[in-house]
Amino acid sequence: MNPPSAVARDPAALPRLLLTLLALALLWPGLALSELNLAVLWQADNLATMGKFVGAFWPPAHDADFLDLLLTATLQTLAMATAGMALALLIAVPAALLASRALSLSALTRAGRPAPWAQALRWPVRGLLIVLRSVPEIVWALLFVRAVGLGPTAGVLAIAITYSGMLGKVYAEIFESVDQKPTRALLLAGSGRLAAFCYGTLPNAAGELLSYTVYRWECAIRASVVMGFVGAGGLGQQMDLSMRMFAGNEVASLLLTFLALVLLADALSRLLRGRLQ
Amino acid sequence: MKRLLDLGLLLAVVAGVVAAFAYLQLDLAGLFSADSLRQMGQYAVRFLQPDLSSAYLASIARGALETLAMSALGTLLAALAGLLIALPAAGRFGRAAEALARLLLNALRAVPELVWAALMVLAAGLGPNAGTLALALHTAGVLGRLFAEALENTPPEPAQAIRLAGGSRLTAFLYGTLPGVLPQLLAYSLYRWENNIRMASVLGFVGAGGLGQMLYVSLSLFQEAQAATVILAMLALVLLVDICSSQLRQRWLKA
Repeated sequence: MNPPSAVARDPAALPRLLLTLLALALLWPGLALSELNLAVLWQADNLATMGKFVGAFWPPAHDADFLDLLLTATLQTLAMATAGMALALLIAVPAALLASRALSLSALTRAGRPAPWAQALRWPVRGLLIVLRSVPEIVWALLFVRAVGLGPTAGVLAIAITYSGMLGKVYAEIFESVDQKPTRALLLAGSGRLAAFCYGTLPNAAGELLSYTVYRWECAIRASVVMGFVGAGGLGQQMDLSMRMFAGNEVASLLLTFLALVLLADALSRLLRGRLQ
Repeated sequence: MKRLLDLGLLLAVVAGVVAAFAYLQLDLAGLFSADSLRQMGQYAVRFLQPDLSSAYLASIARGALETLAMSALGTLLAALAGLLIALPAAGRFGRAAEALARLLLNALRAVPELVWAALMVLAAGLGPNAGTLALALHTAGVLGRLFAEALENTPPEPAQAIRLAGGSRLTAFLYGTLPGVLPQLLAYSLYRWENNIRMASVLGFVGAGGLGQMLYVSLSLFQEAQAATVILAMLALVLLVDICSSQLRQRWLKA
């Protein structure tokens, strides 16, 4: 007997077909909105310009002047990420202490739930942290470039603002997630809140806090490269300039440096986090 | 000994931070001086009256839709391309193909979306097309790697059974492998789509369409009122996506 073809026996063929048609119908207007047109890439003149640009990638630019520029840009990127993180910590740590329920006095006598008025007082801090982190860092950078001028200052401020929001929220959650008993015991015995935090919460939370901070530093390096595209200094700004000048060999060097930097930060962050365990 | 090493590490970190500030020569005192704070305040005040005229809101809505379309199509293209590269990357076509595919995926993933966008603006001209392509390229690298891992981890028996029963390789993949991994592939793709909506709203800074381009243009023309509206729209979009995804996640994870 002849085996019927697999397609004919597929019992789910009709629903699958209908789902595909539905998805296509939903995506169709998107096709017009996003002006998606792959053919543009294969147009002769576009191909020629791109070919010339990519063709210049090898060899990457390596004359002394450019290497000097590259070193400055790389150091600037690293310094932006580090300084931005340091400033972010200045805001994040106090905000996390204020926003966290771990140090609530009213929660002690209410089975871990702070009084409603105390929660209401925490909300402004939480709201501030939400506002700080929900605007992407590159938007802050764009705004700060206009407020304080081109250069790394805008990038540092942008990282400081966005990352203080992220760090503050995560720190507050970490404080709440560790064992609360030592802190409560200290608070009930009459110690001050800061002392209870330092001796009750911090020893348990330190590992997680540090490892998250190091991870964020790694993210900050990536972010500070990208922020350069709006004029916030570092490798990104140099890459933007080189692209505008159509200098393929410089773009190639910059991309290679960027990759090396990301790999390095990744390795360093893994090393530091490994030491914490 | 460990103590000493930790202390050294701590000192190195502190030295690094100090060196960073010294290298950048940030004029923090000047930055937070009364004069400069007043100037920044004046600049910030101009954002407090967002342009809410209906004509502008209509163009914002169009920009937001453009951003959504860019992210959706970019992710779809990336999922297709990612699956195509994931097949060799999961070792289905021999060692050489595997190494090559993995190299390609790493390269696609290592370059950030914004850099791809700047490159695509050169290659395909200004506008959302460049943004869609940029998202597709970077996301293809991310999804391809995740897909390859999913394909490697799925049990091979159903596909082997089909092959032994005389099915073709394609049939074995479609009816033996794909049903097992499809939920995972969909979950990864949806997660990346969520990320890409956020990303698509800023890709416009290098000229790749969507809300970002509107923000860039209005800031360059010193139209702070319009810029404030765009920022609000971006925030609304991101918050909406966050709420939707967490709702959907809760519902689906419970089921």
